[in-house]
Amino acid sequence: MIVGETHGLAAPRITRSTLALYAGASGDHNPVHIDTDACRAVGIPDVFAHGMLSMAYLGRLLTDWVPQERIRAYDVRFTAITPVNDTPVCTGTVTRIQGDCAHLDLKVALPDGTVTLTGSAVIALG
Amino acid sequence: MAIDPAIIGSRTAEHTVVVERGRLRFFAHATGQADPVYCDPDAAKQAGHRDLPVPPTFLFCLDMERPNPGAFYRDLGIDIRTILHGGQAFTYHAMAYAGDRLDFATRVTDVYAKKGGALEFIVRTTDVTRDGEPIAELVTTTVVRQIAADPTTKEASS
Repeated sequence: MIVGETHGLAAPRITRSTLALYAGASGDHNPVHIDTDACRAVGIPDVFAHGMLSMAYLGRLLTDWVPQERIRAYDVRFTAITPVNDTPVCTGTVTRIQGDCAHLDLKVALPDGTVTLTGSAVIALG
Repeated sequence: MAIDPAIIGSRTAEHTVVVERGRLRFFAHATGQADPVYCDPDAAKQAGHRDLPVPPTFLFCLDMERPNPGAFYRDLGIDIRTILHGGQAFTYHAMAYAGDRLDFATRVTDVYAKKGGALEFIVRTTDVTRDGEPIAELVTTTVVRQIAADPTTKEASS
């Protein structure tokens, strides 16, 4: 890994089926992700994606890049909702090498430029 | 509704989960993970793992396997439709695998408000261990929004 090295991952369009599958697989059954009626009852216009689904896509970016056992830390802030039927794009960039670890900046953004997630990871150098 | 900061330090009942291969395959499918290391035990073994690895964010999902995962919010009078995930951090100490029996211990580590109380934040820290060996630490930040839940509509989820 070198400073400035960047990897990307284009997630598929997040459909209602994607959210139903993720709800089942993740165990997060909050109706705001799968039940439009339950959303509207509290003034939320439609279902939106689980933040952890975007974090899982970013996790795939990391494990496609390095063996998972080298990931020492991985944290994110969710900065905007991902509406259903949107297509997040994940990027990770090495910002510095310190000791035997690389530090990465992580981001997920939508095609309109909305940043939905920012984060960082610490990767042990192989 | 203001969340009482007195809940800082309170603990959720500890729980134990046995990691299942089938759930890991389902999670790989649901997250578009095509790497066979995460769904084929033979491929995992060829890559040096003793079974299917628990992927980086799946520990959060395993923590939701506790009995009554919504009870924490219900007991605070919070409708789960009003919450958002504000942040999530993982610190990893050792890999976990299918077949592992993992213990989860969670405590509330912070409570604060922003925007004059329109947004309230609850921070919880979870230690994951396997036979006492540290596997990971999770820090979960939940945002509670002040949107009016209609009490006549029933939550669809536990």
